[in-house]
Order: sequence, then C-alpha cells, then structure tokens
Amino acid sequence: MLRRRLNRLFGGDEKRVDSRTIYVGNRPCPATETFIPPKFCDNRIVSSKYTIWNFLPKNLFEQFRRIANFYFLIIFLVQVIVDTPTSPVTSGLPLFFVITVTAIKQGYEDWLRHKADSEVNKYPVRVLEDGQPARKDSEKIKVGDIVEVVEDETFPCDLILLQSSRDDDTCFVTTASLDGESNHKTHYTVPDMEKDLQSLSATIECEQPQPDLYKFVGRMHIYKPEHDPAVRSLGPENLLLKGATLKNTKKIYGVAVYTGMETKMALNYQGKSQKRSAVEKSINAFLLVYLCILISKAVVCTTLKYVWQSQDGQDEPWYNQKTEKEKGTILYVKMFTDFLSFMVLFNFIIPVSMYVTVEMQKFLGSFFITWDRDFFDPEIEEGALVNTSDLNEELGQVEYVFTDKTGTLTQNNMEFIECCIDGFQYTAFSSELDSFCVTDGPVSTFQEKAGREKEELFLRALCLCHTVQVKEAGPDELGGDQVDGPASEPLRPAEQRGFIASSPDEVALVKGAMRYGFTFLGLESKTMKIKNWQNDVEEYELLHVLNFDPVRRRMSVIVRSKSGDTLLFCKGADSSIFPRVRPEEVERIRMHVQRSATEGYRTLCVAYKRLSVDEYAAADAGLREARLALQDREEKLMAVYNQVETAMSLIGATAVEDRLQEEAAQTMEALQGAGMKVWVLTGDKMETAKSTCYACRLFRRSTELLELTVRTLESGGRRREEMLHDLLFDFHRKAVQDAPPARAGVNRSWSSANPEYGFIVDGAALALVMNPSPDTNCSRYRSLFLQICQNCTAVLCCRMAPLQKAQIVKMVKNSKGSPITLSIGDGANDVSMILEAHVGIGVKGKEGRQAVRNSDYAIPKLKHLRKLLLAHGHLYYIRIAHLVQYFFYKNLCFILPQFLYQFFCGCSQQPLYDAAYLTMYNICFTSMPILAYSLLEQQIAIEVLLDNATLYRDIAKNAMLRWGPFLYWTVLAVFQGLIFFFGVKYLFSNPALQDNGQVFGNWSYGTIVFTVLVFTVTLKLALDTRHWTWINHFVIWGSLAFYVVFSFFWGGIIWPFLKQQRLYFVFFNMLSSVSAWLVIILLIVLSLLPDILLGVLRKPRGPHTQQIAVVTPLSYKHLREHY
Amino acid sequence: MMASSYNIKEEDGHHSGSSGPGGNAVRTKKPDNTAFKQQRLPAWQPIITAGTVLPAFFIIGLIFIPIGIGLYVTSNNIKEFEIDYTGIDISSPCFNCSQSYSWNTTTSCTCSIPFSLDQPFESNVFMYYGLSNFYQNHRRYVKSRDDSQLNGNLDSLKAPSKECEPYRINENMPIAPCGAIANSMFNDTLDLFYIDPNGTRTPIPLMKTGIAWWTDKHVKFRNPGGSSSNLTAVFYGTTKPLSWPKPVYELDTDPENNGFVNEDLIVWMRTAALPTFRKLYRIIQKKNSLTPTLPRGNYTLDIVYNYPVRSFDGRKRMILSTISWMGGKNPFLGIAYISVGSVCFFLGVVLLFIHHKYGNRNNSSDIPN
Repeated sequence: MLRRRLNRLFGGDEKRVDSRTIYVGNRPCPATETFIPPKFCDNRIVSSKYTIWNFLPKNLFEQFRRIANFYFLIIFLVQVIVDTPTSPVTSGLPLFFVITVTAIKQGYEDWLRHKADSEVNKYPVRVLEDGQPARKDSEKIKVGDIVEVVEDETFPCDLILLQSSRDDDTCFVTTASLDGESNHKTHYTVPDMEKDLQSLSATIECEQPQPDLYKFVGRMHIYKPEHDPAVRSLGPENLLLKGATLKNTKKIYGVAVYTGMETKMALNYQGKSQKRSAVEKSINAFLLVYLCILISKAVVCTTLKYVWQSQDGQDEPWYNQKTEKEKGTILYVKMFTDFLSFMVLFNFIIPVSMYVTVEMQKFLGSFFITWDRDFFDPEIEEGALVNTSDLNEELGQVEYVFTDKTGTLTQNNMEFIECCIDGFQYTAFSSELDSFCVTDGPVSTFQEKAGREKEELFLRALCLCHTVQVKEAGPDELGGDQVDGPASEPLRPAEQRGFIASSPDEVALVKGAMRYGFTFLGLESKTMKIKNWQNDVEEYELLHVLNFDPVRRRMSVIVRSKSGDTLLFCKGADSSIFPRVRPEEVERIRMHVQRSATEGYRTLCVAYKRLSVDEYAAADAGLREARLALQDREEKLMAVYNQVETAMSLIGATAVEDRLQEEAAQTMEALQGAGMKVWVLTGDKMETAKSTCYACRLFRRSTELLELTVRTLESGGRRREEMLHDLLFDFHRKAVQDAPPARAGVNRSWSSANPEYGFIVDGAALALVMNPSPDTNCSRYRSLFLQICQNCTAVLCCRMAPLQKAQIVKMVKNSKGSPITLSIGDGANDVSMILEAHVGIGVKGKEGRQAVRNSDYAIPKLKHLRKLLLAHGHLYYIRIAHLVQYFFYKNLCFILPQFLYQFFCGCSQQPLYDAAYLTMYNICFTSMPILAYSLLEQQIAIEVLLDNATLYRDIAKNAMLRWGPFLYWTVLAVFQGLIFFFGVKYLFSNPALQDNGQVFGNWSYGTIVFTVLVFTVTLKLALDTRHWTWINHFVIWGSLAFYVVFSFFWGGIIWPFLKQQRLYFVFFNMLSSVSAWLVIILLIVLSLLPDILLGVLRKPRGPHTQQIAVVTPLSYKHLREHY
Repeated sequence: MMASSYNIKEEDGHHSGSSGPGGNAVRTKKPDNTAFKQQRLPAWQPIITAGTVLPAFFIIGLIFIPIGIGLYVTSNNIKEFEIDYTGIDISSPCFNCSQSYSWNTTTSCTCSIPFSLDQPFESNVFMYYGLSNFYQNHRRYVKSRDDSQLNGNLDSLKAPSKECEPYRINENMPIAPCGAIANSMFNDTLDLFYIDPNGTRTPIPLMKTGIAWWTDKHVKFRNPGGSSSNLTAVFYGTTKPLSWPKPVYELDTDPENNGFVNEDLIVWMRTAALPTFRKLYRIIQKKNSLTPTLPRGNYTLDIVYNYPVRSFDGRKRMILSTISWMGGKNPFLGIAYISVGSVCFFLGVVLLFIHHKYGNRNNSSDIPN
C-alpha cells in the first residue's frame, strides 16, 4: 500500500499520463534527446502483511479492531485502572490467550507468505547485459530489462515477447496459475523484430498497469540509424504475464514492461471480501441483547447501591470504614467507577471464549468436509476443498441455489452428435464412435446427401474455423502434458494427435470433422494443413483470426487457399449468425437448429464468404489499423469484425452434446425437496438450457412454463416495453395472486397438487426488467419479477452475461427476508455470481480453476452438493446454533447468581465465585464438552438426512437461532440461575451445615452454587447430546472430574502467590457436609427437570420426529453392521 | 477462517488445499477411511421419550420423597433456642447497655437475660451468636484482611497488605491482625448459667475450642515465629486493632488458643455469606448419657455488652442448638426434597396418562414410509 502510494508521489508525472514509455534494454534512444530513466517499482512481490518490526503493533491493532476483542480489552483496562471486584487476571488471561493464539496463527501464515515471496524474489533469472545473459535475482529486474526465459520456467514479470527460439516467432504458455486454463496459448513476437537484441534501440509505449488479464495495448517504436522509426502495435498476444509458464519453446527473450506489484498477476490478487454468515449476524444480535442486559444490570446495581447507602449507617458502618482515597473521590466519579465495576463483575455474560470456540469449531469442523471420502472423485484424484471455514453453517440455510449449466449441471464433455449441411441432416456415428474409416466411412453414413462440394466446404470450415492447436507429442513434452479436457483422453490409434483448445466445443468440432474424413494437421507458421478425403494435404494460409467473444458470440477466420481464393469462415450461435447470412438460407437450417436445441444439444451455425481481392484488402487494412490503435482498440476491432462478417452464406449447423453430470437430476430433486429453489443461470441459449432443465427434472411435464424472453416479447408485434408490462402482470396474476394463500415455498408439501410454474427469462428481457427505460416504473417491474420468480419452482435464466448472473443473485439476496443464496459454477464466467452469493461453490470442472479459487467451497462434482448441503450443512447448522445458544445460556446462568448476590451484599460488587472459578469456568470447566458436541453431534444420522431431504426444511430460515429459541434458552438460564442462587440461599439461612456445628462462609456459598452450576450446565449438554461417541463421554465426564480434581487441588494448598487464601479447604469442607451434597443433587435435578419434561412433550408434536425416532435406531444398527 | 492467500507455491497447477489437511497426504489425496474422519464413530444415541423418562420420574419421586421426609423429621428433631439480646426494647435488660454505645469505650457494660428451656437438649449443644444486618460480605470488608500475616509471615506482620486500609497502620505501627474484619471482631462475652429450682446459679462449662475448621486452625492461621515462642515478643512493634480492648496475644490464656490461632478470631475471619448470619461461639459438651446436656428449666444469659450494632440497625442473638448429621435446624431441605419428589411423581403420573392415552395413537398413525 505504502509502496504504491510512494510511487504515486514520486512518479507523479508518469502516473498522470495514461501510458508509460519504456526504453528497451534501458538504453537511450535517438529520438529522445535526454534520457531520464523513468522510475518504476522494482520487481519485488510483497504479499506478506507484516515485517518483523511492525508485526506486533500492526497485528494487535488489527485484532483489536474486532469489536469483541476491543470490548474485552476495555474490560481489562477498566480492571487494571479502577479498583474492581475481580482481578485483571480473570479477563486478562483469556484475552491474552485468544490474542496470542490468533497472533501466532497469523504470524505463521505471514511467515509462509514471506517464504513464498522470497522464493519468488530470489528466483534466479537471466537478464541480458551487454548481449550476455547475466544471472540476477528476480527482484532486481527493472522495467526495460531484457529477460531470458527457458522452457518450463515461469515469467518473472510481465514481458513483451521480442524473440522466440521457435521458427514461427511464437511461443506457447500456460496460464494455469492465473486463470486456471491449462491449455497452451500461443503468443507472438513483435512482428519483424531484428535478431540482434543487443543493437536494438526501441521504446515501448503502453498503458498503465491494469488488472485485466486479457487486455493490453501498446506500441513499439523501433529506431534504426538510417531509417525512420518503425511502429509496431502490441496486444495481449505479445504480452507474457508473470506467473504464466513457458511451454513447448526452448527459449525466449522479452522486455519487462510491468514489474513487481504492477504486474497483472499482482494487480489481480485482491483479497476476497469477507463473507459473514447468518449465524454470525444472529450472534451479534444476541450480543446486543446481552449487552443491554449487562448494562441494565450494572445500572440497577449502581442505583440500588446508592439507595442502600443513603440509609442510615449503611454507607460506612463503624466496622467497615472507607479509606482516605475513597472518602476523597467525588460522588459522581465514584458512581461511575461503581458502574464500571459492576460491568466488570458481570462482563462474563459476554464470553470471550465463545469467539474462540466458534472459530475453533468452524476451523476444525471444516476438516470433516475435506476428509469426506464421498467427496472424493477418483477421476481428478481430489476431494472437496474448503477455502473458508466461516460459512459451514450457512450450508444448512440455503434457500436459493443458482447453478451454472455448462460444466455444472452438464459435464462439459462435448461430443459431436450430428450436423446439418444445407438442410440435410447427418446423424450417423452416434453409436459407432470408435469404428470409423477415414476414407469411406462417412460417405456410407450420409444417407440423404447435400452436394459434395457443400459437404466438403462444411467440413473444411470445421477444420479451419477454430483456434485449436495440435498437441505435439515430442519427447520434450513429457513433463508438460497435463492438459485438460478431451485432449487428454486416451489416444486412439487412429488419432495419434491430441487437440488443445480453450473451449471443448472446438475440439469436439474438429474431432467431428475428423470422423467425417477431414483431419486438421496443425498450424505451422501461419499455414493450416488439413487432410481431406483423398488423403491429400490441403494448405491454407491463415490471414486473420477474428476472435470469439461472448458479445458477438461468433468467431471467424480468414484464410487463403492454395488456389488463391480468400475465404472467410464463421461459426457462432444461431442468433448471431442468422442475421448475417442471406435470409432465404436460414429457414432450412433453423428447423434443425431448433430441434437439436430442444434435444439438449449445443448448436453452432457455420457460414462462409468468399472475399474478393478488394474486400480482403479493405478488411485487412481495417483490421491492421484497429489493432494498432492505442485507444478503444476493442471497439474499433469490433466494428471491423462486424463489417467483415456480413453477407455470408450459411453452410450448415452442428450439434454437440453436453452430457448431464452424474446424478444431476437426483441432486436437483433432492435440493427442491429440501425446500430450495433452484435457478439455472446460463449463457447458453434458451432451448438448450430448457432441455437441460427437463433432463434434470427441474421442469416436469406438469410444469407450466412462463416465458419472458425476447421471443415472447416480440411476438405480439408491439413495443417490447408494453409487452413486458403485460406479460409481467399476467404471470404475476397466475403465479402469485392465484396461488393458494398458504405460503408457497418452505411450507408447501412438495407433492401437492398445486400447479407448478417454471419461469424462463433471458438476458435481454432481464435487462429490460432491471434497467427499463426511464418512463416506466422500474421498481414495480423488479418487484413483480421477483415475486413471480419466488413463486415458481424453478427459474431458468438463459443468455446471461456473467455480470447479469451476479445481478440476479444480488437481487434475490437483497429481497425481502434476505434469503440465503448459494451459487455453484465451474467456470470463469461464474466467478461473479460465486462471489456475490452468500455461499459460493466451485465445481472442479474443466473450465479451469478460477471458480474454485474464488469459491468458498469446491467440490469435484455437482452430485456432491447434495451431501454437502443436506448432511454437512444441516449438521453444521445444528451444531453451531446449539453452540451459540448454549454459550449464552451457560454464561447467563453463570452470572445471574452473581447478580442476585449483589442484593444481599449491599451491592458492593462482591463476587460470588472465587477468581479462579470465574476465570476457569469458560476456559476449562465447560468449554470442551460443547466443543466436542459442536464437532461430533449428529442428531439425525447422515444417511437419514440424505434420504429425507425434507428434514432440511426444519432448520430453514435460521430456525434454531430465532428469537423464539433464544427466549427459551434465556428463560431456562434465568430459571436455573434463580434456582441455583435461592436454593443455596435458603440452605444458608442456617449456615451450620456440618455435623460438628461449624459454619460455612461466603466462599462456601459461592462454591456450592458454582458446583451446581458446572454440573447442571454440563448435564444439560449431555441431555441434548444425541450422539454419544467415546469422545463425548470422555470430554463430558472428564470435564466434571477435572472440575472436582481442580477444586481439591486449588483448595488444598496455600498458594504463595495469592493474596487471599479464600478457597482453602472450602471444597473439601463442602463435600464433608451431607446437606451440601443433598442440596447440590436436588438443585441439579430440579434445574434439569423442565428440559427433560419439554423433551418428552415436544417429541410427539413435530411431523418428522416420529419418523426420526423410528429411523435413527435403524441407522444406528446399520452403522453397527458396518463395523 | 482466512481467505486463501496469494501463495506462489499454489501456482504450479496442483492445488494444495490451503486450509485442508491436504498437506500430509501429498500423493494419495484420498481421505483416510477412519471412522472419525468419516464421522462414523460408533455412538450411543439415546432419545428422550416418554418410555425412558417415565421410570426416571417415578424413581426420582420414590427416592426424593423418603429423603425429604427423613430430612424434615431430622430437622424437626433438632432443638433450637434463640434469644435476641440487642436491647432495642426499653423493657429489655440490655437496653441500657445498648444505649451507651460506642466501640471504643473502656468500661464494659453487663446485662443478663433470663430464659427457660421447655425441653431438655440432649447430646452436645452448640452455642452461636447471630448478627443481623451486618454486612460481612461487603466487598470492602471481605478483602480487608491479610492472609499472609495471619499465616505467620513476619514480613507481612510488619508491613501488612494494602488491602487492610484503613485498618493497616495506627500511630506508625502496623496493626496485627490488620484489616476491617479483624478490627470488628465480635467481642461480647456470653455466659450461661443454669438456675436450679432452688435458685442457685450453676455456670455451664463452655468449650472454646473445636469451633473453627481444623485446617484453618492448624494450617491457614499460624502465629508468627512458630507456636513455641513468646507471643508478646513476636508481636512487639505491632499495635492492636483500633476497636480491640486487648492486643492479639492476650486473647486467651491458653497458648494453643492465643494470637492468630485463637478460634474466636478464626471463626470471625471466615466471612459470612449473608447479612444475617450466625457463628459458632461455644460448645457445651455432653456430660454423660444419663442427664441431658441442658435440662429443662430456667437459665440466665450473662452478657458483657461490648459490641455495638444499633448504629447500623443490627441485631444480636444468642442461639442454642443441637446438631444432627445434616447440620443445624433447617426445614428447607426436607420440604424441598418432598416437593420436588412429589412434583416428579405427579408428572410421572400425568405423563403416564398422556402416554397411555395419546402415545399409541401416534405410533400407529404416524409412520409414513
């Protein structure tokens, strides 16, 4: 941070302009008279937060920014400053413990980061100095240095590729560490670069560092002594990003343009925003209540104290006079310190240990997810991954599931299914995938054929129009072939080559063409080679690639054949191709496309265009010019693309199948059964997505579909806005107003006879709803839309841009009742919605790791979501909810007797319990059982949870942490606190409790209350425990035993460091009194009575409980058999 | 707990689970199939149902009610006699003494109160003094002591703890024992006389020892310089608490009961839990099994009235009580046990009724799958 700010200070001039100038090799150039080496930051990566010097203050500062820690710090300081009833140790020790543990943890993490940093910063690199490579530490690289990188090395900073050892002036890199795409990407050297880098005199002008990985604009001026300066355009294809790895290329030279913290990787590394779970919000609400209780208790006591003192002779009786200091203080100061003292006395009501326990529970609990063998996927050899443990319990609260389609619901394992050429359909080899003959196989399968030229043209188009690379299986490839996707499938003898592409569709298409007899042989120095039916090798010169982008939804290539024809092949979504071809061709293909789409296939249309020499020249010039532009390059390129891709003729269409994930339908059914609403958000087209929804049983035959898409909006022939208005109101009437008054959603039994609605909306319609023209009442549309969505069983949003996905999630998230949302996706386009939702789940799919990186949890397959939510989520929620309630409960009944005691000791802040008990209560005596409970409890067996998805509804809407249960626990705590205090008080109406007539004092009183308290609180947890493993037994009985042993020990010795031996033999004497025993037993039984009673009475009422009661013993038996 | 951090190590394609336990299993990433990790530990799964709770209720009821009755009977058999000798009333013999109140008067005031016992007190009788509205549990009071001094520490004897303020130093000499508790030690002298039917006063022997906890007397409280040495010399250089008439080494003539190990002092130093309390004063030992310790008849209580309580509206009592295995007389425990036992029993009956009437129907109708 500081570094960046300093940079801004020093490099002020440089920052203001929106480009930077780099002197290649840090040599002055002839054009600029004065060479001032510009200041850029060095190549040091600093990801660590602390240094040795600032660790303590900075870490402490950060820790005390947390409200809870700060509160305890204040309490501690009050105890140190003011003369308070309890020693500062009682709150200082736990606070110190918490702070130390956290600091150690954070320090260790930072140490790891330091280590990683220095590993990167000290990594040896070779920098060209006077033509010779010189070894340097990576951190010493300066902007402008020429760096040498050899194969399989990562780039030490962002480089402009100057020279490659490959003949075709390209190099291959993988960016797996940046965006997760592990395919090889081709980067190009700056065109027409001279070989001698030593004599190169050039400057690079490029934009200021920005985080977008895929954008870069720059310009290179090359100065030659006798020529005019030459200008080359630089784009992302020339830029090698730090963190990427060089592959398939022996050696490259590049000039550093961005270094250190200004590299795109460093700029992209931003901490994810912290997500807070609903439970945490509940905790905060409860804390507020308890804070109010605390303050009111302190106020009551302070008031009473002064009322009591105002009575005659009570303030300062002769036997108990004040010190000089006390007499000297002003009344109001005294009142204030008294108030603070009471706060300190009762501060245990807000337990510092709860935070520790909750953190520990979450941290340790998350291990059960990573340990779960059911999440292990043998294919990718990985299990689940937990990126944040803060949200475990949120998994049990999900109301809305937003799922991506491709790669999540479907496998993203593309298979070429059929194609349609000129209106004729070819669906031959769906079943005989492996046994086809290269030469004549396809011919026999073409039953009803289009013209041969059309077929050939179509297949050529498939072979040419892509960015697929052929994987070279050279010996040097051994280390680097962990490529993703279909390319890594076991190679069949017939196709020795694997293909690498950024999108699996392309591979499927190329493979599809191969099956028809047209094999793509590869791209060598701008020449594409394909083998045709005659086994002849055709060569095409690749002139331009008009890249795919999600806005255009198409891509094109311009090639020149041997015969000199210049051809443009274009493939893309039907909606983007149809307007650009001759209309009369469309109809014959459209039918096929739609039919394929309804069958759940992904369709692409293929078109071509023959470019005349003039046309090509114009296009070529336009493209070159646009690529050179420094500003608005994207827009300019887009304009040229759109201009070129017109008036094409349609050749055909392809259909590629994307198989459903395993158990996708069962998973969706289970989620719906659990009361969750599943929304499918996809970028895919409506028909395909709809068919996937049917396949996943999100839509059923009986489901009535409400469509709000461009098609329905335009069908009426009226303005879109009007139509939107009508449709929205129509749907609203259907789905919301006519729905039975019983609240749909959570309460509805899911097999009810009510008509089910499915809602389909597409990106364009959504944009209309979200951002309508200003004259319409937009908020009304939004709420209507939302209401419709909420009343439908399933919602399908197709044609979504990534940001729209996030927009939808955000809309639902912020709707009434703020439901908990979950997003699941596998691709980079899902990252925005994964980050937006309360819980983001990444599927470890084929589209790279970006989703996994940004997710909170990552699972290998969609089917794992079911167990993650229904079993893990449910259990975690129950556990943490119980933990929270229990903590508040046990501290309330801990402090209530202390509060009541104030009425009997003249409100003098006399603590009831000894300081050791005050300190140890939350740390030792009662912390372990609840921690064990919150890690191991399974009120309902996992198998039962998985089989009965409806059980998930029992805990929906934060059921265990609403005010009702909270009130119950509070009342219980108050009841028990009253019993503890007054039970012992009545016993002490005659303090002669031993059979030798000796009397007990105030510490015995406190010890009896405390003993009852510890036992009751622990046994209450034992009553709530439904799953007694040996650990629970050990911890519960162990805690009680520890309490007894500790009390003996604490009271058995005159402790030299204690000022007062208050508890000396108090516990022992207590146990020697029969009355004390009897009262302890009585009070424990009486305190637990209401809980037992409620446990019995509650059982028969719930609808599922009987079922659980029936099932659980069975499942237990089942477990037994397992062992 | 923490966002996965930017970590170069992570960048090489293999994701090494940042918060998972992936670290220990580098190659074989499949999680271990242990019962603990798979959350399949064998477990006992008790369920609270009417069936399990009903017997518990009955058993609790059946156990508690007899205990309660036993306790109640025991408590009722304990004989207790209480007399308030504060002297609030003009008719009270101690009225005069209570009026001339001051804690530092040198002249002592005596009064005697006659009373009669209707029933004989068998076995050992314990004599308590009781104070009301005396806040021995006031915080300023409770902490105003120096246990280290009382434990015989010579340094603390000369330099008492600051907690003893304002009863720490008097006339530049440390107070021994220091602190408000010691300073306000109960110093009325109570003597009991049996009035024979013929009018002669027979003093009843009162035992001064055995009234404090054994560990207090022998471990927690110790005279400085060991038990054998000369107490007067040991306490030289200290001064008596302000309201004491005599220094601490003149509390008793018996060297085993003098100084800090004086049992009256020890008893007083154990601060009471509530503002109304009693403390053991003397023990009247049983003479023999034939005659009761305190026979029926008339008695006088002679009081040397030193201890002023009227300034804070307090009361002083003398209590004579016998003791059972459960301690002194207290009907609370017996009543509580009987009530809780009855409630349990009653609930058991009610639950049995409910269970019998509704339980079967539930079971038959409510099994969907």
